[in-house]
Amino acid sequence: MKRMKIMVVCGFGLGTSMVLKMTLDDVLKEENIENVETFCIDSYTAAGQDYDIVFTSKELEYLFENITQPKVVIQNFLSKDEVREKGLGLIKQYLDENK
Amino acid sequence: MLSDYLNENMIKLQVKAEGWEDAVRQGGELLIRAGKCEKRYVDEMVKAVETMGPYMVLAPGLALAHARPEDGVLALGMSVITLETPVEFGSEANDPVSLIISFGGVDRESHVEMLQALARFLMVEENQEFLRNATSVHDVLDSFKDY
Repeated sequence: MKRMKIMVVCGFGLGTSMVLKMTLDDVLKEENIENVETFCIDSYTAAGQDYDIVFTSKELEYLFENITQPKVVIQNFLSKDEVREKGLGLIKQYLDENK
Repeated sequence: MLSDYLNENMIKLQVKAEGWEDAVRQGGELLIRAGKCEKRYVDEMVKAVETMGPYMVLAPGLALAHARPEDGVLALGMSVITLETPVEFGSEANDPVSLIISFGGVDRESHVEMLQALARFLMVEENQEFLRNATSVHDVLDSFKDY
């Protein structure tokens, strides 16, 4: 089974995105979802990365206008509820389709 | 513990700020005075908001101001300021902001534990409320001891 890669993007890839990655990791853990790798990256190098879903903020959404992968835009990076609501369906769907 | 990463000089409560830039600079000033970063780091924090937009306003009323390690960080550290009157960053979803946390890390890894402790604290909404209304730096430091 292929390991799913979730990319979390912010300006520098080390502060804001790190907080969102933590929230996302918490949700994945609570949902017992394994075989998923999450990583943070800055907005400049994000485009060249290998990933299956991208999580980012509304301000940086424009960077991913033309991607084929699903995109999840989060407003409250500390909200597990929002991450669950907007992202969980897409993550589960990907894992289902790539069994 | 979250309280290991700052001391009473790195927390300032109910500050008056003229706008988002002034607020970010006041938070950065605490890092400079504590010897955690050079002045240019604070300039870069401001520039980051100007060039990339207010994405650092990552939750309602809360900004996480920072730049890159190579922009003048001297040691790992964070500061907390709360504002008497909230300011607008231009964040559609999360303005106005009354809580600004500034931090600097020396590389891409060393600050992760600190941010983890901070996120654990902030994920509890009552903690954010407590922080916004706090008037005693001592009480705030005390509350950081549980995370």
